[in-house]
Amino acid sequence: MLARRLRSSLRGWGGVAAMAVACALTAVIALLLPLGQAGVDVSTALGGQGVAEGAQAKAGTCKNPEASLRPSTEDGPTVEEIKKRGRLIVGVDQNSYRWGYRDPNKAGSDLEGFDIDLVHAIAEEILGPDAKVQFLAIPTNQRIPAIKNDKVDMVVRTMTITCTRLEEVAFSTAYFKTGQQVLAPQDSDITGYNNTLKGKKVCSAASSTAEEELEKNSFGADISTRVPNQLDCLVRLQLGEVDAVVTDSALAASQAAQDPTVELKGGTFTEEYYGVAMKKDAEDLVRRVNQVLVDYRKSGWQTSYEKWLAPTGLDDKAQPPTPEYSD
Amino acid sequence: MTYPPNGGAAPPGPALPTMPAIPPQPGASPAPAGPSGSPPAVPARRTAWAEGVDRLRTAATTEPGRLRIIGAVLALLVVAFGAVTTWEMSERSAAADDVLHRSQPLSRDAADIYRSLADANTAASSGFLAGGQEPAGVVERYERDIRTASEKLATAATNSGSDPASAAAVAKLNKLLPEYTGLIERARANNRQGLPLGGAYLRYANDKMQTMLDAAEQLYKEENERLRADYDDATPYPWAAIGIGVLALAALVWAQRRNYHRTNRVFNHGLVAATAASAVVLLWLLVGHTMARAGLDDSYDHGVRSLNVLNDARIASLKARGNENLTLVSRGAETREVGGVPKDKFDVEYQSQMEQLGGAEGGTGLLGTAASLADDAAGRQPVAEAIKNVKDWKNRHQAARAADDSGDYETALEKVIGTKDQEPTDESFDQVDDALKTALDHEQTEFEAAAEHGRNAMTGLPVGAAVLAVLGAAAAVLGIGRRLSEYR
Repeated sequence: MLARRLRSSLRGWGGVAAMAVACALTAVIALLLPLGQAGVDVSTALGGQGVAEGAQAKAGTCKNPEASLRPSTEDGPTVEEIKKRGRLIVGVDQNSYRWGYRDPNKAGSDLEGFDIDLVHAIAEEILGPDAKVQFLAIPTNQRIPAIKNDKVDMVVRTMTITCTRLEEVAFSTAYFKTGQQVLAPQDSDITGYNNTLKGKKVCSAASSTAEEELEKNSFGADISTRVPNQLDCLVRLQLGEVDAVVTDSALAASQAAQDPTVELKGGTFTEEYYGVAMKKDAEDLVRRVNQVLVDYRKSGWQTSYEKWLAPTGLDDKAQPPTPEYSD
Repeated sequence: MTYPPNGGAAPPGPALPTMPAIPPQPGASPAPAGPSGSPPAVPARRTAWAEGVDRLRTAATTEPGRLRIIGAVLALLVVAFGAVTTWEMSERSAAADDVLHRSQPLSRDAADIYRSLADANTAASSGFLAGGQEPAGVVERYERDIRTASEKLATAATNSGSDPASAAAVAKLNKLLPEYTGLIERARANNRQGLPLGGAYLRYANDKMQTMLDAAEQLYKEENERLRADYDDATPYPWAAIGIGVLALAALVWAQRRNYHRTNRVFNHGLVAATAASAVVLLWLLVGHTMARAGLDDSYDHGVRSLNVLNDARIASLKARGNENLTLVSRGAETREVGGVPKDKFDVEYQSQMEQLGGAEGGTGLLGTAASLADDAAGRQPVAEAIKNVKDWKNRHQAARAADDSGDYETALEKVIGTKDQEPTDESFDQVDDALKTALDHEQTEFEAAAEHGRNAMTGLPVGAAVLAVLGAAAAVLGIGRRLSEYR
């Protein structure tokens, strides 16, 4: 299947060979250039060749990671591949209460939540009504490998759009605004992302933005507890193995919704946006998803937000973020 | 242990003949006492020793003296033979008793602990898969497993005192078990409220269980080593007893031959009786021990080895089942790199346990070994049943995986915990578990019968040997005494 997909994408990207040559050429030039500039030059040069525009071009300069490709409904090789298969394979989380989870008390076993609603909207747009979706629950640190290894078509899993990630995958336009926040027991003396974290044990999910931020500045906290899923942090917090959790405010709110004795401490200390992650060269799919998002912002988004997220204590007047485009 | 009084009877034995052998010698009895009490102590002691040797040497020059020495040596040999036989055989008999009544039951308990824990974990994940309202049967199974595990742990704790490794494993399990049940309760409580936190707790509990299973396996291995050690104590040939027995018989024959040459009398009743007694003890020893050994070896080869393999198989099937459930509970939440490719952690575990259980085809691996170890139809039949069901299980599992991989979680779930008409893997697993239980029960009976047989072959041997040896020694002394009386 991989081989078939590769072949079709080869056909679709007639210029791949040219790109390879360009890459090699650029690498040689880059090596000849003064050190230090080399890394940036490679990607800029890539974009400059006009072979892979948009997402890839942005990775090098990356001033505005949220800017994605303009929406379009045209089918490209990736979308055709999905249509041929007859189902959409999506990497999701089933541990994020009200984002992507399975309610054990409901008949059936469908996943549900804000992310899942979006997945259904995308699937119906591409495959028509009653579209089949295969959900693969993936741990935080497998989000990028799952896309790169063709295990999934896309990841809709509270995934923050960042410059680093843009070097490996492509993102849709932003569909949710969030930021990192600290979660701790109500009676804790931790007041937020500040010096009160000193000497405390702080939990984060492996390969998450929270982990990155804590590595940049941990305020003297012990950040050695890294878990496969952000929800595993709440388990550790309840068991007293850690003193606080750092995660996206949206997920922190979903954790607080499951345990009334913990609360969000201080405000968000970063500004981030969630996007749908896809394979880097799947330009047609990115444009297609962006088209879905244009429509979704108008109707589905608000309904879904009110159903899933407003009850967790998030701002009930929230609006979808305005899309930005790079081309 | 029961026979020290008889063993203790031995010393007076040699004393009997020795006394008459020495006192009637040249009446220099005050001589050793005098010099030893005088100031130059060291040379005096030497003198006393030299005197004793001198006296013996003098005695050896006269026929009555020689007869006394011969009588003493014969009695000593026969009594020593009896004593060593009693000692060696009570040790072996005690070890055989331990095999039957202590180490094997403990090994079985350890296997039960191991199995109950794996079973509890499997039941917990099954119940979880079924939803917030867990099926009563599954809950009951979990509760029973936890109860069994804690009961057997208490027994193991009282019996593992002498063995630091077992004691450490038991202590670890005693500490972790309440932690585990606590996590499961939290998982249930959250699951009932429909919160995904329950799933996170279940995975955490499962991680804890893996540590517990390692400790339980450790305990099981320790107990099996103890069992092996008891076997090793019960089965070696009593070479010392056999050697002394042969020596005593040879000495008796020699003494009678000498007697015959000197007196032309064919029989000395006392010596004949002593020879007969020694021969009976030696024969009894050889036959009894050989039979005991055969019984014990049989109980090991056809009981313990089968039991070990079957226990391992049952635990492998339980672990495989638990991981099959967790594959659906976690739905890819945890991965493990296999050859550079990230794969579902629980499915990888399932595959490796099934491989262990039945090999690639279902008929090799542990079940293949169990089939080759089973030595009768009643033992082979349940193993064959298990092999057949493992094959079914694998096929059904494949169907479940195929459904799940194509995005049809609902069908996958039905294929794993569904109703009978949906042909779930649950059914296959239960059949494998039942078949293995039947096989285990059968092998346990076989073991007990063979080990009992072996142990019984040694019954009475230590006491009998002691009594016969004392009688034999007395007869020898009397026989020699009769010859001696001719010199008065």
